[in-house]
Amino acid sequence: MSEQDFEKGHHHPRPLSPSALRAKSIEALLVEKGLLASDVSDRIVETYEKDVGPLNGAKVVARAWCDPVYKRRLLQNGTAAIAELGFGGPQGEHMQVVENTPRVHNVVCCTLCSCYPWPVLGLPPVWYKSFEYRARIVRAPRVVLREFGLDLPPNVELKVWDSSSEMPYLVLPEHPAGTEGMSEAELAALVTRDSMIGAAKVRGPKG
Amino acid sequence: MNGIHDMGDMDGFGPVQPETNEFVFHEPWEARVFGMSMASAGLAPAPIDAPRHLIERLDPAVYLASSYYERWLAWLEKALVAGGVLSREQIEAKIKDISANPDLLIPRREDPATAENIGALIRRGNPVTRTIRTKPRFAVGDRVMTRNLNPRGHTRLPRYSRGKHGVIAAYHGAHVFPDTNAHGLGENPQHLYTVRISARELWGDTAEANECILIDLWESYLASDGSKSKTSVTRSPANAKRATSKTSSP
Repeated sequence: MSEQDFEKGHHHPRPLSPSALRAKSIEALLVEKGLLASDVSDRIVETYEKDVGPLNGAKVVARAWCDPVYKRRLLQNGTAAIAELGFGGPQGEHMQVVENTPRVHNVVCCTLCSCYPWPVLGLPPVWYKSFEYRARIVRAPRVVLREFGLDLPPNVELKVWDSSSEMPYLVLPEHPAGTEGMSEAELAALVTRDSMIGAAKVRGPKG
Repeated sequence: MNGIHDMGDMDGFGPVQPETNEFVFHEPWEARVFGMSMASAGLAPAPIDAPRHLIERLDPAVYLASSYYERWLAWLEKALVAGGVLSREQIEAKIKDISANPDLLIPRREDPATAENIGALIRRGNPVTRTIRTKPRFAVGDRVMTRNLNPRGHTRLPRYSRGKHGVIAAYHGAHVFPDTNAHGLGENPQHLYTVRISARELWGDTAEANECILIDLWESYLASDGSKSKTSVTRSPANAKRATSKTSSP
């Protein structure tokens, strides 16, 4: 059910959950007091539902795969290089990019809360913010990655980044085989959100 | 604080359960909470450290029983009440009103100029890097010990990482210090480092030899631990340059 349907007084209204009731009450009060503009709130929601998401990060990754000079800049200063593609903003003021190679695999978490590079990945998925992930990824990363279907060879070095500061981390996944001759846009279409967290690898077009 | 939020290596949780193609917001009210919070950033405490700490101080049983946005809603309400913007009585009265008329639409207030401009406003963000006079105490490659700090207030040094031997992997200039900033005690920026700690150092000999944690820690969380490493970690020229320019501040 979309937000618009709900607000238009849908034909079969559900009783409001306690949280929905509380949120609605607070919003009503803020609007009545002139402290909140409804359309500003709507636009923010729309922006993070539609405009800011992993497609941004995929473009950054594809650019880095195609342009080694850009890649060097990206690894040197994530936020500045990402801004070249027009992406930036809250939870992205100090982005760091870490590169996966055949010998080194990086995976990112925030054990204390949910820090995550919004401008390139959008808002974090529920699993990233979950107690299971926050608790277990630092202690048993290979086991957790296997739950995602990623089985790393034992000789691959595994680095777990705990985003404890205002520097969120973006993983630059390995450029998969079987992608020779693909355009930057075609490459971007292969890059998944989970691969940019380090919970997956990017698959080439032949899987 | 040694709170419920500090979950690294907490046992008893089951497998991670990713959803395929999940929605950004699972309920309409989650979206409203998100939109309201971001739009009202001027009303609630602006630096993110204070909101984080408010959430950390939720009753542990409430924290564990709440979804992410339920915790966010709890924070929003606490912050608005603490900031004197709304009172508990007003909120409870409004809840009663709406319960009686659940289909009533929330009145709307429009600010088209701001709404039009939201893209530009969102792209601004809120950087936390600062220039300070003191030189960084540590350099990339230095061996350090994370201190056994157990503050009752906000900190970003998780329990699992305290009292451990590590190596400085990167230097990031000075950043606003959350431990004071969360409590309105000032930004007090400190030099910030990425510290590499081996899995065996954290979890014991049964851990894998080729695993490590990298965590970003402020200078006061760290103590020196013997000599500089003979094999230095790759130094980032940009970081090194930043360190120099910061020591020549007016």
